[in-house]
Amino acid sequence: MEKSAVLEMRGICKYFPGVRALENVDFTLREGEIHALMGENGAGKSTLIKVLTGVYPKDGGNIHLKGKESEVNIRSPQDAQNMGISTVYQEITLCPNLTVAENMYIGRTKSPLTNWKKINSDAEKLLQSLGIPAKAKQQLSSCSIAVQQMVAIARAVDMECKVLILDEPTSSLDEQEVEKLFKLMRDLREKGVGIIFVTHFLEQVYEVCDRITVLREGKLVGEYIIEDLPRVQLVSKMLGKEFDDMAEIKSESDTENIDYNGTPVYEATGLAGTTGIKPFDFSIHKGEVNGFTGLLGSGRSECVRAIFGADRVTGGIVKINGKKVNINKPLDAMKNGISYLPEDRKRDGIVGDLSVRDNIILALQVMKGFFRPFSRAQAEKFADEYIKLLNIKTASADTPIKSLSGGNQQKVILARWLLANPVYLILDEPTRGIDIGTKVEIQKLVLKLASEGKSVTFISSELDEMIRTCSRLVVMRDGKVVGELKGDDLNQNKIMATIAGGEGK
Amino acid sequence: MTTSGKTLKPNTSVKSALGRLASNQLFIPILALILLSLFVLIAKPSFFNIEFKNVDGNNILQGNLITVLDKASELAILAIGMTLVTSASGGQDISVGAMIAIAGSVVIRVVKGYAPDISGGQFAGMIITAFLLCVVVSALFGAFNGSLVAFFKIQPMVATLILFTAGRSIAQWINNNENITIKDNRFGYFGGFIPGVPIPTPIFITAICLGIMALVLKFTNLRLYSQSVGINASSSRLNGINPKMMKLLTFIILGVCVAVCGFIKVSRVSQIRYTTIGNAIEMDAILAVALGGNNLGGGKFNMTASVIGAYVIQFLTTALMSFKVPSTAIYAYKAVIVIVLVILSAPIVREKLNDLKKKLFSSQQTKVKEVS
Repeated sequence: MEKSAVLEMRGICKYFPGVRALENVDFTLREGEIHALMGENGAGKSTLIKVLTGVYPKDGGNIHLKGKESEVNIRSPQDAQNMGISTVYQEITLCPNLTVAENMYIGRTKSPLTNWKKINSDAEKLLQSLGIPAKAKQQLSSCSIAVQQMVAIARAVDMECKVLILDEPTSSLDEQEVEKLFKLMRDLREKGVGIIFVTHFLEQVYEVCDRITVLREGKLVGEYIIEDLPRVQLVSKMLGKEFDDMAEIKSESDTENIDYNGTPVYEATGLAGTTGIKPFDFSIHKGEVNGFTGLLGSGRSECVRAIFGADRVTGGIVKINGKKVNINKPLDAMKNGISYLPEDRKRDGIVGDLSVRDNIILALQVMKGFFRPFSRAQAEKFADEYIKLLNIKTASADTPIKSLSGGNQQKVILARWLLANPVYLILDEPTRGIDIGTKVEIQKLVLKLASEGKSVTFISSELDEMIRTCSRLVVMRDGKVVGELKGDDLNQNKIMATIAGGEGK
Repeated sequence: MTTSGKTLKPNTSVKSALGRLASNQLFIPILALILLSLFVLIAKPSFFNIEFKNVDGNNILQGNLITVLDKASELAILAIGMTLVTSASGGQDISVGAMIAIAGSVVIRVVKGYAPDISGGQFAGMIITAFLLCVVVSALFGAFNGSLVAFFKIQPMVATLILFTAGRSIAQWINNNENITIKDNRFGYFGGFIPGVPIPTPIFITAICLGIMALVLKFTNLRLYSQSVGINASSSRLNGINPKMMKLLTFIILGVCVAVCGFIKVSRVSQIRYTTIGNAIEMDAILAVALGGNNLGGGKFNMTASVIGAYVIQFLTTALMSFKVPSTAIYAYKAVIVIVLVILSAPIVREKLNDLKKKLFSSQQTKVKEVS
């Protein structure tokens, strides 16, 4: 074992039915370092973390911890915690209705009696020493998500952890909150804690990490010191190919041929809903890719939900190819050739226990009707076709969709809506929480669909993604459409100015 | 991550077939049936005797197995509806026993108005009227339960508690609280025997119901829709399914199942006993669904497994009775065996069993490798 190492994993293997999730993976964490674990969805990051925290038993290899003579056997998450390995997950796993102090110490006192006074003062001290802006007696739900995240970290730290695992801790935080979290991480590094940082955000890796370990398809690609690995190379290592796809995308996008003077495929006037958006006008032409942009909560998702009839529509005129139609519920929209990939994949997209096949055929099946089910053979044909077309990684079409990785789940939902063969496809955050490879695939697909004459509305939190794919952007602020940008106006500065208001005018 | 099943090959087709069988949802209920039969076979071989007997000038089949098939009819039919309600709404209907009383009472109300010596044609007309009316009434009560669940988002168990409490009073009210016995012995055909047919009629009725449900599941999207509503209602809605209507529909289907049960029940005894008819049958129906290894929280379901679950329950009861267990003690015995079965068919236990099986197989696999 290396001298400064707090954790060494050697030759870790983990198999699932039909899949080698990890094969002979090495991982070393040194004292006082922040170590990024990178890879596409399905590369094996989560599996490695789960092996380390005792969620999955390993099928091979060994794990050494500092201060232990022989290899350790981690059988359960409790085991892991007792050995000083703590994990903070993407979703907060604390109890929002308890106080901060209670959350930090719950389930950890051994005696049946609890000295609340001592716990509160201990908690207060710890919060202060870590610079976390929360009071011990404050109810957790009254703290921001970032502070809740930090409380989770504080809880982990106080369990005298030597290894702290942060699994996508930043995905629900805004920039300032991320900054605070990073400060806390740096402080902990000073104190000698080894931190494993799992994230999809490249910028954050380069801002805070010391070392990077890259996994691909369950195998170790390599361990690198951050200075030695420029971004482009990191990306190409994660993807396993040279990375000029982004450039390719740009050259592919060709928006010259759109006939803006013709009848729009979809046109709404004064569309109003109940979800806090002001009535808005919107239209899209054949072969066009446009987008809604704005800050989180500006109403961009609510707008497309109104278009699809997902929320109650209270007014406005909708025309499809110049013909007036009524869209009051999703089925109306579907029958008029509109498809909608929802923002929240878990809540609104997948039907978790159903097979990949059922998930793919669902929308088309519903459009066909209750009394006309597809034959098994037909359903199989559809599923196999789209699994191949979108390169969906699944053990079989019978696998429940919930056991797929995030990116592949998203592809299944995409397959569902492509199968429905829409004229107008709405994609709300199709690239959120998925790896770069799949992101690029989806963006390419969007442009390909447009070139085939479909209209696409594409929403993404990442501006550069929008700029790359969209030929026109509708900008929103506080539930209102505040501008429309196209052509040369489609650049970061102009968009941000419009979102912010004031200077743009 | 590698994609295919090619990376880890199943070692032999026999073993994979075995594995598929063991991980199948039908495995536990069928295994339970086999084990129970084996036990009974050893303890009392005469249990399985079936013979022709002449009762009232009719040659009919008699034996414990026939009793099981006959007596389980109502439960099997209820299990169909209960499985669907469970799948779509993620809860159970506890009012089916009380609704059977209502359905039975409706049938009696219609039949009591006719003289016992009407012609065959008139009799058929009367039965059809009684049956259809009872189906309509039960479906309406099912729709009542379903609306509470679907539109008012009340938990199924709470929503159906209303009819659970009030149902038997409604049943009494339908017939002015009279105790009525139907004199026409043709009325008993549907719960007993049709002259010249040696097999109890409820078995045929059950077969027809199961057949209809099998066709419905094959030729409609009932399975896909109710499963996806039960798993993720929000997502189903965005795919064009109407989750509320789906939940309502399953409760209506259960209502129709209840109607058939009520009809059989009153025909069996040619009278209505408001307080005892279908007593506690709701719990057995829920148990049948659970024994079938279905998740009572909704979502995926296996209809065949539920139906087999119903027969397991009746087999158990009949077996215990044949061992002369006092009828009051039967529930205690039943409880013990049911606990074992329910634990065995719980998803978490099935998972563990699967893991165990995998380990066993893989160790065998390595041994084979070492030898070769």
